[in-house]
Amino acid sequence: MRVLLRPAQYLALAAYILFLGFPLLWLVSASVKSSGELNSLTVSLLPDQWHWSNYSEALDRQGLIHSAGNSLIVALVSTALVIVIALPASYVLARLRGKVRAAGVGWILTSQVFPVVLVILPLFLILRTIGLSDSLAGLTLVHTTYTLPFALWMLQGYVTAIPVDLEEAGAMDGAGRWTVLRRIVFPLLMPGIVATAMFSFVSSWNEFFFALVLLQSPENYTLPITLNMFIGGEGKVALGPLAAGAVLAAIPSIVFFTLLRRRLTSGLMAGAVKG
Amino acid sequence: MTLAPATRAPAPAPAPRGRKGAQARSRRREAIALVMPSLIPILVLSVAPLVMGLALAFTDARLVRNPDYDFTGIENFTRLAGNSFFWDSLRIGLIWTVGVTVLQLAASMGLALLLNSGLKLQGLTRVLALIPWAMPPVVVAIMWQMIYSANGGPLNAFLGSVGLPDDINWLGDFSTALPAVIVVGVWVGMPQTTVTLLAGLQQIPQDLHEAASVDGAGAWRRFTAVTWPSLRPIVASITSLNFIWNFNSFSLVYVLTEGGPGGKTMVPVLFIYLEAFKNRNIGYAAAMGLVLVIIVVALLAIYLRSQFRDDRAGQGR
Repeated sequence: MRVLLRPAQYLALAAYILFLGFPLLWLVSASVKSSGELNSLTVSLLPDQWHWSNYSEALDRQGLIHSAGNSLIVALVSTALVIVIALPASYVLARLRGKVRAAGVGWILTSQVFPVVLVILPLFLILRTIGLSDSLAGLTLVHTTYTLPFALWMLQGYVTAIPVDLEEAGAMDGAGRWTVLRRIVFPLLMPGIVATAMFSFVSSWNEFFFALVLLQSPENYTLPITLNMFIGGEGKVALGPLAAGAVLAAIPSIVFFTLLRRRLTSGLMAGAVKG
Repeated sequence: MTLAPATRAPAPAPAPRGRKGAQARSRRREAIALVMPSLIPILVLSVAPLVMGLALAFTDARLVRNPDYDFTGIENFTRLAGNSFFWDSLRIGLIWTVGVTVLQLAASMGLALLLNSGLKLQGLTRVLALIPWAMPPVVVAIMWQMIYSANGGPLNAFLGSVGLPDDINWLGDFSTALPAVIVVGVWVGMPQTTVTLLAGLQQIPQDLHEAASVDGAGAWRRFTAVTWPSLRPIVASITSLNFIWNFNSFSLVYVLTEGGPGGKTMVPVLFIYLEAFKNRNIGYAAAMGLVLVIIVVALLAIYLRSQFRDDRAGQGR
């Protein structure tokens, strides 16, 4: 019994690795296969010949680069906005105690599970009224707003980790509140700011639902919407370039999340356990 | 919202008790100024739409150039009661949500236990387990469409090679579409659940397990007597969160099947989206959204209540 346990465990682990990893492997492999090989009935994991041309073809066609540019603008601007407006609020939230803080934190956690269907219809109407419905500016504001709760949650965690003593010491030396924030708090917060910014960027870069509803003109499409159009497009889909486009779209998110994984995990843990 | 009582917060340099007034006021003004930039977008783009959404549910609003609409009371809801497509989608949504949530928990628990038992390859598995979580849902859907493909898809090829039927149109067949979509949901949601459970496992004191071993408990007995009770609070909260996330999830199913074939994967969120933006019935769709929210909250309340009752019973033992 004992002797059999380890091999059985490794077998189970191998099954998990296969389940988690195989789809990725297949996507990457499809992105370097020729169209002949993709359409043939013999199925192989690795391509006969590596066709990097799918990547250049993906970049050439159907405005993929243009929509990647849109995604980049929306993600960068909303990330900057999130950090600038969440930073002061997270400071207040972290230094508060008692019921107020509990209410703020409660609201942040609740907003994580917002019923987006109920919000999306009026949100569309509001943005249309102020003339931002089919625009990158409108989408940027929406991404900013809906990333804020988690960003506040992450940042206030980092603020809490800064000892109040340090601020008091600064105040004793005659520094005003603003100077204390600028000289003591913000520099110590840099790692937290970077992590939060990366999270905001990825959230926006990956986001599909709001972009689908709010954007109508193809020149405003973000990358996920354009990729979706590839599939829903008329006639036969060119699988190779589609897979190549999908790989390119996934790279920034995977890189950032791999760098971030520890911080995100602890943030979510706190949320899950206290929630 | 969180502003007024901010005066009670201990400031970095606490003021002497006697001179509360002026200092507290200035501190409150400061807190308001710091919170305002966050509060304004939240109020305008998330709280206001939520309130409006509730209101729209009682109107006949349509998605047209000239947004003119009337209050129609509960008409939307009486109409909804007779809409069998909506109730079908609700049933499908529940199968999807419960299926994904339960399988996610089971699979993640298995993986977390494995990762916690000192096997090699932990690092690889952890990174691998986080990737599905990071990927854009559209990319995930594209990838799985390739896996499930009826012509030359690797899944059918594998089944053929072990002598099973190899011509299944996974996403296009009435009987396989929903299970196939559920598997993708599990794949996406596993990482988060696994890392959370793993963190919970690592907080269980090792000597509890050792004590149980000394008492002659086998692996299964140790799991039910030590591991599971210790994980209960974490399991309760991630199950609730996963339940809501899965119930609200849209992108994955939308890109994978668009609700097809024949509405077999038409989850409620998708149904409401189509009602609002294809049929252009905003008011009617909002009523559906409201019904949906009520159902989710009710189910969640029942679940959390049962958790709470079990906890109390457990303490009594």
